[in-house]
Formats: sequence, structure tokens, C-alpha cells
Amino acid sequence: MFTYLLEKEFKQLLRNKFLPRVVVILPFAMVGFFPMVANFDIKDINLALIDQDHSSYSKRLTGKLVSSGYFRLTEKTANYSEALHAVDQNESDVVFVIPPDFEKDLVNTQHAEVQIAVNSVNGMRGGLSSSYLMSLVTDFSAEILTTKAQGASQLTAATCEVVPRYHFNTHLKYSYTMIPAILMMALAMLTGFLPALNIVGEKEDGTIEQMNVTPVNKFELILSKLIPYWIVGFVVLTISFFVAWLFYGMVSAGGYLLVYLFATVFVLAFSGIGLAISNYASTIQQGMFIMFFFVITFVFLSGLYTPVTSMPQWLQTVSLFSPLRFMIEALRGIFLKGCTFSDLSGHFWALCAFAVFFNSWAVISYRKSS
Amino acid sequence: MAIMLLLPIIMLILFGFAMTTEVKHTKVAVVDTSNDPMTRRIIERFQASAYFEVVEVLHHPENLDGRMRRGEVQLIVYFGKSFQERFNHSGKAQVALIADGTDPNSAKTRVSYATAIIRTCQQELAGASGISPGIQPTVRLLYNPQMKGAYNFVPGVMGMILMLICAMMTSISIAREKEFGTMEILLVSPMKPLHMIIAKTIPYLVISLVNLTNCLLLSVFMLGVPIAGNLILLVGFSLIYIFVNLALGLLISSLVKTQLVALLVSGMVLMIPVIFLSGMLYTIENMPVFFQWASQILPAKWYIVGIKNIMIKGLGLADILPELSVLVGMAVVFITASLKSFKYRLS
Repeated sequence: MFTYLLEKEFKQLLRNKFLPRVVVILPFAMVGFFPMVANFDIKDINLALIDQDHSSYSKRLTGKLVSSGYFRLTEKTANYSEALHAVDQNESDVVFVIPPDFEKDLVNTQHAEVQIAVNSVNGMRGGLSSSYLMSLVTDFSAEILTTKAQGASQLTAATCEVVPRYHFNTHLKYSYTMIPAILMMALAMLTGFLPALNIVGEKEDGTIEQMNVTPVNKFELILSKLIPYWIVGFVVLTISFFVAWLFYGMVSAGGYLLVYLFATVFVLAFSGIGLAISNYASTIQQGMFIMFFFVITFVFLSGLYTPVTSMPQWLQTVSLFSPLRFMIEALRGIFLKGCTFSDLSGHFWALCAFAVFFNSWAVISYRKSS
Repeated sequence: MAIMLLLPIIMLILFGFAMTTEVKHTKVAVVDTSNDPMTRRIIERFQASAYFEVVEVLHHPENLDGRMRRGEVQLIVYFGKSFQERFNHSGKAQVALIADGTDPNSAKTRVSYATAIIRTCQQELAGASGISPGIQPTVRLLYNPQMKGAYNFVPGVMGMILMLICAMMTSISIAREKEFGTMEILLVSPMKPLHMIIAKTIPYLVISLVNLTNCLLLSVFMLGVPIAGNLILLVGFSLIYIFVNLALGLLISSLVKTQLVALLVSGMVLMIPVIFLSGMLYTIENMPVFFQWASQILPAKWYIVGIKNIMIKGLGLADILPELSVLVGMAVVFITASLKSFKYRLS
């Protein structure tokens, strides 16, 4: 009995004109192109410079800012309000003012000031641009003071060297952070939306009534809807691995077997959500909208865009109800950090709990009588 | 129906509170092999800082990679041998900051905060009193002094929600009537086609206006994002954007036959590009040039830039003329195209 049901589902899936194509093309496009766009890397900051000093120090400082690679000198003016207008027009992001007597003050009193005005409509970009600028200025002032101290033949200045190192993503490539997350998004979109649309589609077509009059029980029916998407999940995952390697040269530090293991449970959980929702929606439009609502909520709470640890405490607690959070942490852990199963066992059991919960909900909420 | 009104509210709350990149309470492990007054002083500074939470101080070298892998530690401060002695005499004291690079921006921020703490200690111990030597930068954060994430995301969410309701919902609902055959009943009625189109779009126009009001109220009263510019200009600008999207929805619905296709087309052509390319989440300047060009054809991109200018920067009509004229141009093109392509006859 069950095998016939399964056969029906596979036939429906494969007979559909575009679904099999979507399953292949979507992960290809998402993993291939999104990491180039989905990027919070802060670079090419447009700098408007107001140099009122025109001294050798101010030129050295400007040279240092430009050669840091973060900044692009777009405007050189003597007028502050003109520079601010350029910020209004989005032509510059940062205004950097070197006041007159900058060099003189630095030489005589060892103390000088510079002014920085940052466009912080985008708080993240504003914050990081100003901290880049400040650390460059601090470096510059340390350089000047050290050479001066040495010039004055004092003892070596008391300094220490700070060496930053980054683990797991040595070159801080943003695409490496995003690929596991986008891979999961592709997985979630296909294995969540398609089952949600499947049952609603049958409702709209009226074929669901034919199913309801058969002696098939609810459990078997839901299971037969689940298994095809489970397999779709593996196809999506394999394509994504390939694309990540081909386009970005990214290989999982913790191996692929563990990723498949996590995906097995995750796809079950997410398809379960889709199926449960489709039980409540009566039209495709409704089903899509409810699903969209849940996906958006889960995604924002998952830490895909911003780290969960930055959120307010109450929201961090709410985020424990998002299966995506556990999946993203697990995938980033495996891909970037090379985590082992024992490192992530908590995440695994949480996903299992989600899978059991949502699928039981899908079975219970399915009504054979209308 | 309820969800169309609820979705923007939930999204704004989520964006407002979840989209912060503030780095607080970073878990720090310190490996301090020299254990002298200077390193202890720096460690005390770390403990006192709101950004850091020192979870462990070790006095012998140990491999902490496993703990960082499990996320128990996000930053390791590793002092070199005989730190203070080298600091005072040879100037070759070393401290390594090892950060978890899984999230690059947080990692950079953490390292820059930690460096600032060490530098402050260094300057104090170097014996400077009064004004600290060196260059003092004064930073002014324009438009958004508290660097709230909401300032950036409210205009983006508005751009997305209005698009979603107007374009996506309109196209699906018309496709639905076609699929069910109710469209034919309407077409054979004595109603003028133009009236029918207008009647079809008005509910979505109303819902959009309600949503716009909700978004503005929420952002002002809950998220604390003030409307710096002219409210009338803001509403007028949004209305033009709403018309562009309604026309786009009509255009899509006249090209497709079924709901599912309408859904997929509007998802692929509207939803995904708007989320990724409109500047709602990701800065357009950071994208590869090809995507920067692609973003120019999105109405949402122009709308979001314009709304940011009016709402956050408080600019007037003269400063948003480019955005305004592009949107008006798009409105004219799409409305003409959708009226032309709307099929008045039965197939």
C-alpha cells in the first residue's frame, strides 16, 4: 500500500514541468551567486578628505589611509559643509578633517586632533569604518611618537606589539561565512515550500478528497509526502557542495558525512513545518504567505545575518525555537571549524526534537474529513 | 488577510531587535605565562569592560582550539613570556589576540576593542599624565549617532513589504481568478475592463497604505527611528512606489496563467532580487559590478535610497529628485505596459 503511495508522489514530482528543474537550478544559482552579494564585508569606503594643514605629516597620514585598502579617496575639498553634502548624496561615506597646525601641534605638544564624521545610517558600516579610521590614526601616531622618541635618543619607548590572528577563517573571507548559511537556505526553501504547496495544491485541485476516501491512514499519507522531499534535500545538498567547491574552492573542514547526517534530520523537521502549515491553509496564496512568514521569522532569529549573541537576551531565548539556528551553527561549525559529532551533539538532538514535534503536528492536524 | 497586516509588524520587530551587530560579552580566555603586574592590570581591564567577559585565566600554555571550536571561547589573549620586563626594557613585548573568524565582522570588532584596551594600558604605564600624547580623533556619527540597526532596516522593510503586498499579491490573485475561470465571468459582464482592473487593485492599495502607516508608527514609537524629513513627501513618494508595484503585479498576472507560475515568477523576479540586491540588507557598493548594474532596474532600490534620504537624513524634495524621477518613469512605463497587455478577450 505504502509503496504505491510513494510511487504516486514520485510520479507527481517528476511529471511536473518545472519542479525537477528548480531542484537543480536553485541551489546552483543560490550557492553560486549569493555569496558574492550576501556580503557584509566593509570595503571601498568613500572618503572625503579635508586637509587644512597641507604639511608633510598630513600627507603621510592621508597616504596611510588610502594605502590601507579600506578607503577610496573620492573627494578633496577645503569646505566642511561641501563634504557633508557629498555624504548626503551618498557620494562619500566618511569625512576626515585634518585641522590647521596639525603638524605643529604634534611636534610641539605631542598632541593633535583630527575630526571624523561618519555616515552611520547603516550602523554596521558606520561603526566599522570609524573603527578602521581610528586604528589607522592610532598606528600613525604611535609611529610618529616612536620615531621622535628614538630621534631624541631616549631609551626605547615602552611599547608592546599586538598580533591579531583569526582562527577557522584565517583571511576573514565573508563568503566562507555565508556559504554554509546559503546552503541551508537553499535546503530550507526547497524542502519547506514544496511540501507546503504540495498538499494545498491537492486541496485546490480536489484530488485530496480522493485520497481521503481511500483507507490510507494519516501517518502513511504524511510519510509518503515527506520521503520525496527528503531525497530532494540530498540532491540539493550534493549540488551545493559541488558548487561551493567549484566557485569558491570551499571544502568542509569537518567532512561531508556529518553534514549529510545533520541534513537528514533538518530536512525532516523543515518539511514537517511545511506539511503542518499546508494542513491549515486552504489556498496556495495562503499557504505561501504563512510559510513565508515562518521562514522569515526563523531566518532572522537564526544568526544567518547577525550573530545570535548580539541580540537582546529575550530574543536569544526566542531564537531557541528556530530549527534554523541549530542548523546554521552546526553547518558553520562543521564547514569552518571542523567540529566533530561530539562538539555538536546538543544541536543534533535539538534538531531531532524539532523533527519529531513538527511531524507529529503534521500528522495530528491532518483531517481526513473536511 | 490578517497575516498581510501582521507580517510587516513582525518583520519590523525582528529587524529592529535582531539585526544588531553590537558585540557585547565576548567570552575571553587569557593565557598569561608571565603573570606580572602589567599583565594582571590588562586582565583587570578586560574584566571591567562591558564588551568582554573573562571566562578563564591560565598561567601555562594550553591548546584552547577545542574550546573555541565549541564556541565556549570567542577570543584568546595570549601574553608572551616575561611581558613586563620586555615591555620596559627591550620594547619587544608581544601579545597575541586570537579571534574566532567564523563571523568576520564580529572578529574584527572584538580585536579592535581588545587592542584599544591594551593600548590604553600601555599609554598609562608609559607614564603619561594629563593629556595623552598622540593624535586624538573626534568621531561624529552622522544621522544615526547610536548606530541602531533599525535606521538602516526600516526603509528596507518598507520597500519589501509594499512590493510583496502590491505586486506579488495582486499578480497571484488575478492569476487565481484566471485559473478558476471566474475571470471569464467578469469579462463577459457589462463592466468596463479598466474599471475592473482598478477595482482589483484598490484593496491592495488600501492594505498597503495601512501597512505603511503601521510601519511608520512602529518605527517611530517602538524602534525609536524618528522621521527626520517631511511626512507628506514621504507618503507621496511611497504612493508612487505603490503604483509602480501594482502595475508590475498586473503585468505579471497578464503574462501568466496559473497561481503557481505567478508565485514563482514574482518570487524569482521580485522577491529574491529585492532581498539581495535592493540595498535592504547588503550594501550595493560592496557588490560585484554586474550586480550593481542589476540593482539599478529594481524599483525597490530607488525607493529605499529615497526613503533613507527623507526619513533618516531629513533631506527635501530637491535632494531626492533623481530617485523620484526614476520611480515616476517606472510607474509610467509599467502602467502603460500592464494596460496594454491586459487581455480583454476570452482566449
